Amino acid sequence: MTREQKSLWLHAAVVLVLGALYFVLPEYHAGNLARIMVLAVYAMGYNLLFGYTGLLSLGHAMFFAAGMYGFGLAVNHGGLPAGAAVLIGIAATLVVSVVVGFLALRTRDVAFMIVMLMFAQTGYLIILYFGEFTRGDEGFVVQQAQRGLFGFDLSAQGIRYWAALILFSACLLGIAKGVNSRFGKALVAVRENEERARMLGYDTHRLKFLAVVLSGVLSGAAGAAYGLLFGYIGSTFATVQYSIFPLLWVLLGGAGTTLGPFVGVLFMFYLIDLSSFLTDAYMFIAGIALLLLTMFAPKGIVGQIRASRVPWLP
Amino acid sequence: MRPSRLPIWGRPPMLKVDGIQVAYGKVQALFGVTLEVKPGEILCLLGRNGAGKTTVMKSIMGLLPLTGGAIFLNGEVISGIPAHEIPRKRIGYVPQGRRLFPELTVSENIEIGLLPCKSGSDTRDWVLEMFPRLRERLNQQAHTLSGGEQQMLAMARALCLHPQVLLLDEPTEGLQPSMIELIRQVTVNMKNEGLGVLLVEQRVDAVLSVADQVAFIEHGQNLESLSAEELRGDPDKIHRYLGV
Repeated sequence: MTREQKSLWLHAAVVLVLGALYFVLPEYHAGNLARIMVLAVYAMGYNLLFGYTGLLSLGHAMFFAAGMYGFGLAVNHGGLPAGAAVLIGIAATLVVSVVVGFLALRTRDVAFMIVMLMFAQTGYLIILYFGEFTRGDEGFVVQQAQRGLFGFDLSAQGIRYWAALILFSACLLGIAKGVNSRFGKALVAVRENEERARMLGYDTHRLKFLAVVLSGVLSGAAGAAYGLLFGYIGSTFATVQYSIFPLLWVLLGGAGTTLGPFVGVLFMFYLIDLSSFLTDAYMFIAGIALLLLTMFAPKGIVGQIRASRVPWLP
Repeated sequence: MRPSRLPIWGRPPMLKVDGIQVAYGKVQALFGVTLEVKPGEILCLLGRNGAGKTTVMKSIMGLLPLTGGAIFLNGEVISGIPAHEIPRKRIGYVPQGRRLFPELTVSENIEIGLLPCKSGSDTRDWVLEMFPRLRERLNQQAHTLSGGEQQMLAMARALCLHPQVLLLDEPTEGLQPSMIELIRQVTVNMKNEGLGVLLVEQRVDAVLSVADQVAFIEHGQNLESLSAEELRGDPDKIHRYLGV
């Protein structure tokens, strides 16, 4: 079996297992898993820029929030049906990522990271400033009646799970295919060494711009889906904390791996969930676990498995 | 590309570097360097450390802006165009110190070399034929190769462009004698295929046997260009320019 075939089977198996889990898991965990899958799409978007292109951004919350608010405002103030509102959310992210990508890519390395952070803070402050529409800190709820898509009520537990799974699978398979394409390989060349890539004839600036836009749009799609499936639009999602989360998820799961983002979200979600059962100082336990993982698996969980045991892991 | 039947001195220059001046910020590094690389010819650039040899290479590749002069390929000005477009004009560059993508496999390194010019599997086969040892190591990560194998891979990756001109910056640096011989052999093969080769070397002995022309460079200026044959007959010049 070639590497591509193995990777296809692995991804198909992951999707099938996630589908089967719905019938096995208690309601509480199935709800968690739906949330994890949507957040994993956000992490996959982040991984495209950080893991594959080597650009460290601390401003991705602005893309997630652009998708989420684009959707939420279109439903609540524009009165649009959910499907159209999701498209508006994605379009809003596209515009934001094109503008931000154009400006931020004039810088590099640490400056790029800071410029992204500044843009994201601006986005957060804009949400607070227009509190009349966005309800500022409090955020707003998208009513159950507004969360129907193709006749399905996406606020229902089961449908929500399947919708999350469909979105997750489409992104996972799309990314798995994309990173093996010419474009994906070129991104890796930029990550490994930008100047060398230029010497071989790659327009690295164009590649980085496309990576920012694609990564932004995926993150925005996750934001819109989160609003649609869980019915809450809040400014917390635009804070710096939500820019740091995807970085942590990707680092823990394995940067530059297709399954790393999902594994990272899953691990971190349950780490906090389980440790908060044990003690109020759950962040203490989470912190120690993260520290140990960074020490003993610096390439992340999937990255470490690939480095030590399964070299074909995508 | 087939070797031209014309004698070397009768062929039109393929790559022409015409009085280029380059500065790193306020510090001028090149004060008017002029070179001509002809098809099927190896031009060797000799000079001491810091004389400006690598700067010439980087200027040709568009990585440094010129403050004066111009660079032509087959009569067309190529100085001033974006750096990523120079390799697409089929100028291959093997920088000093190999500079591979260390985490990627041999196969992936070659593939990345193939993509910009949309070269296909026939180019891949052509390149691997030249370096059979790489074929045995296709799935090995580049940083696990020996120095000589890394140099082969760096050359293979540059050849993926099907270059008309090949720039080699100290390709034999730090290699064992058998490997030096192999790299030299490939360089001569390239020349025989009609490529123009610009070779930077510090080791005179490594150069004299393969070069057709030799250009000396010192303090960012070229002093004299002469045929390798002439130099072999007059080793005094080497002493004068290189102090060896």
